[in-house]
Amino acid sequence: MSISKEETAHIAELARLSLNESELAQAQHDLSEIIDYMNKIAGLNTDGVALTIQPCPVANVWREDVVLPSLNREEVLANAPDRQGEFFRVPRIIEAEGADE
Amino acid sequence: MKLCDMTIHELAALLRAGEVTSTEITESVFDRIDQVEESVGAYVTTARDQAFEQAAAADKRLLQARKRGSLSDISPLMGIPLALKDNICTRGIRTTCASKMLADFVPPYDATVARRLGDLGAVIVGKTNMDEFAMGSSTENSAFHVTRNPWDFERVPGGSSGGSAAAVAAGEAIGALGTDTGGSVRQPASFCGLVGLKPTYARVSRYGVVAFSSSLDQVGPITRDVWDCAIMLRAIAGRDERDATSSPEPVPDYCGSLKETDRDFTIGVPSEFMHSGLDSGIRELIDNAVRALEDAGARIVEVSLPHSDYAIAVYYLIATAEASSNLARMDGIRYGFRAEDAHGVQAVIRQSRSEGFGPEVKRRIMLGTHALSSKHYDEYYLKALKARTLILGDVKEVLEKCDCIISPTSPTVAFRIGEKLDDPVALYLMDVYTTIANLSGMPAVSVPCGTLKGLPVGAQLIGRAFDEGTLFRIAHLLEQACGESVKRPPLEAMKGGRDR
Repeated sequence: MSISKEETAHIAELARLSLNESELAQAQHDLSEIIDYMNKIAGLNTDGVALTIQPCPVANVWREDVVLPSLNREEVLANAPDRQGEFFRVPRIIEAEGADE
Repeated sequence: MKLCDMTIHELAALLRAGEVTSTEITESVFDRIDQVEESVGAYVTTARDQAFEQAAAADKRLLQARKRGSLSDISPLMGIPLALKDNICTRGIRTTCASKMLADFVPPYDATVARRLGDLGAVIVGKTNMDEFAMGSSTENSAFHVTRNPWDFERVPGGSSGGSAAAVAAGEAIGALGTDTGGSVRQPASFCGLVGLKPTYARVSRYGVVAFSSSLDQVGPITRDVWDCAIMLRAIAGRDERDATSSPEPVPDYCGSLKETDRDFTIGVPSEFMHSGLDSGIRELIDNAVRALEDAGARIVEVSLPHSDYAIAVYYLIATAEASSNLARMDGIRYGFRAEDAHGVQAVIRQSRSEGFGPEVKRRIMLGTHALSSKHYDEYYLKALKARTLILGDVKEVLEKCDCIISPTSPTVAFRIGEKLDDPVALYLMDVYTTIANLSGMPAVSVPCGTLKGLPVGAQLIGRAFDEGTLFRIAHLLEQACGESVKRPPLEAMKGGRDR
């Protein structure tokens, strides 16, 4: 396996995904196989080669700062899993005692 | 022939002549949906009531234009029932990306491509099934249901725009839009016997299209012939204020250029793509297509794309890195799925993502996260961006002396449902011919060139940036030479299909 279980758990943590034991083992297996394949690019000489971030680049785009209508607030908030009046409602971030994170 | 089985340009002529109405065409499409959708499963959502309202409005506008003698101002898409892949935002119609994460998401705005089609009078039939967040090649990664290939219900329609291709092949829409990040329009078009185009990067606005990999994604048409594809590209292409990456390059009259009779094309056959490992049946059909183009007057040259062997690795590193960043917004806070029983912000985010995403999406997010992590950034992501330059260089060099590059679209015909579910690497390798167009930004089209044991095979043509006109003309030549052998899927097969 080209990546360890600890590394897999670390990646999941960075990606904000919780995996149980069997999912973790499966992810380690799958990622290892894929990364083994990806490692072939190590053999490619790219010394002095520039980066391609975008294939058909458009130079800086400027426009006048014109005020245009915004999205309808009710329609936007209609998709919120939880709301309070005109706000998105999120769980308490700082607990009174013993934050759970 | 039923109205729902005709092409856009045939129906547009009938509509102009007043011989049929959009309402009749729309009825024909929904009749077909009632008849086969239970077996095909092309749609996530159909918008029947709204579609008939749009059809009635189109009929009104056509009638007025005929009275005023202003029919030439009207788009050939007026009154034509089309389907949109379910990652293209439609105001008031839910847009799910075939994910539990967005199962109830109703966009408050239209994607620019949806708005443009609507402004031209097209009828939107519904939103088509796909691999979750466009990640996959079979539409089996949908969180909702599988879509079956209308040519053989035991087989996949391809992906990720499999629902769009299945809908057009089955007569459940006249044409459709998909999105193509690594072949997701071309491969399902190939599997379903249709024409599928990935336009030049930046040719079509991505505003309102749920982002997978922002430097690779393009929206493209899936249609029954090249002419229809040209009509649809003309409708959606062009600069959009709301997508700063969209190109100001003028949009030519693609259909007009199809009428030109010049056949003095040079077509490159990459030696790397016609290797001995290629399925002999597919190889034979592509060889036939090349000979047919030669007979039609094209000059054939052998070319080389020396870095193409790295394309899959480079593609999956870049695509997953960009995806991990794009999908970070799916956090269960402002919209989308929120896990119940999660306490605290971090837990809400983590549990919502873990329950909301399917296995392939998680796999790709993790792969991209790994490629971007500080320890591996240089080795994977940065290296891939450099390798992308080499691949782009190969393609540019070939297109300096050739008008297009021909290859198969996919190394196989449509495979069986479930056949490749457990082997991600094998499935990724199937994108061997298509990813090079996304990495280089060049336009590429899949055109039917024959059938193998009753299943369609597509030939891929890759052209020069912003020269879809030439690409369409070569595709049209190929279609005239070989396309006739690929008809529509036999309806008897559709009727004989088992229920899901």
